[in-house]
Amino acid sequence: MQRSKVLDLYFVDARSRLIDIAAFLDRVERAEGDDDYRVRTFREALRALVAEGNGSKRAERVLMVFSDPTLEPVELAEGKAATGTWRRAEG
Amino acid sequence: MRYIEPHAHMVSRTTDDYEAIVLAGCKAVCEPAFWAGFDRGSGEGFRDYFAQLTEHEPKRAAKYLLPHYCWLCINPKESENLALADEVLSLIPEFLDRPGVLGIGEIGLNRNSRNEVAVFEKHVDLAACHNQLILVHTPHLEDKRKGTHIILDILKNDNRIDPSRVLIDHVEEHTVGMVLDAGFWGGITLYPESKCTPARAIDILEHHAGGNLWMNCACDWGHSDPLAVPKTCLEMRRRGHDKDEIDHLVFQNPVRFLSQSPHFIVPS
Repeated sequence: MQRSKVLDLYFVDARSRLIDIAAFLDRVERAEGDDDYRVRTFREALRALVAEGNGSKRAERVLMVFSDPTLEPVELAEGKAATGTWRRAEG
Repeated sequence: MRYIEPHAHMVSRTTDDYEAIVLAGCKAVCEPAFWAGFDRGSGEGFRDYFAQLTEHEPKRAAKYLLPHYCWLCINPKESENLALADEVLSLIPEFLDRPGVLGIGEIGLNRNSRNEVAVFEKHVDLAACHNQLILVHTPHLEDKRKGTHIILDILKNDNRIDPSRVLIDHVEEHTVGMVLDAGFWGGITLYPESKCTPARAIDILEHHAGGNLWMNCACDWGHSDPLAVPKTCLEMRRRGHDKDEIDHLVFQNPVRFLSQSPHFIVPS
């Protein structure tokens, strides 16, 4: 597909989603309290999004930032629902 | 346009949804056993659920001229209770010969715990002993990559399992490659927020053209869209994919995988 066709189909939608992300970060910063592991990982994902290299696998890179990188099963499931990002042991 | 919906939890949907998917071209619907949104209290609760899947729901679908199939299991969300899981596993063989039963599913992992792994292995053994197809749920969000690795390792280490008879569902950009490279089928789930949008699903399909993939809506009692497959087909047309490509993906591929079950009848 021609790049112009991709842009015709998806540019306005992507622009809207990007502004939503900007507004989300503004909203988080305006709110009281501190960042938690989700915001820290979100910022790391944004850096992965704009980083050069590794072909054009941006979606995969962002998914990997949010993913649990370990391979051993956990002892017990902590609740039934995932939160959206792996919680690293933070010092 | 014709399509098969290979993953929909219709017991949680209204009859309006049956009408909508049939009007959109759906020729058969397949319903994996699922978590009810709360933990069932006993094996007898599952006996009733399996009766619902194999007796009642096919009748409800038939009112809309839609063939209904199902998969049986205890969902990984309920796998922390090993005693209950064993009780449910012992019930399943009673139902495997029923006409609409396709195999064991959707089994897999949720939070990647040791008990979930143990129950997954028991389901795989059950499927192998009864020569059943397998439908695998991969975990959500941050748990997906790890869970997919663990699931694939278990399946690859069991020499009774033929990867061409196993579909690994809910693949995304970071897991689809490892699934297809190991010879398994992959399912792409079109789901708001937690899985793939139509645009991303089509990106994956373009990267893995000709792969053993299907698309499903996985609609259930939560935020989901029973028409996600036909809507994605429309998006494929807008991107220049022709009708034959789309038919291959949403009708012929499901037929090819599901026809490995003697219970599946190719819809006309």
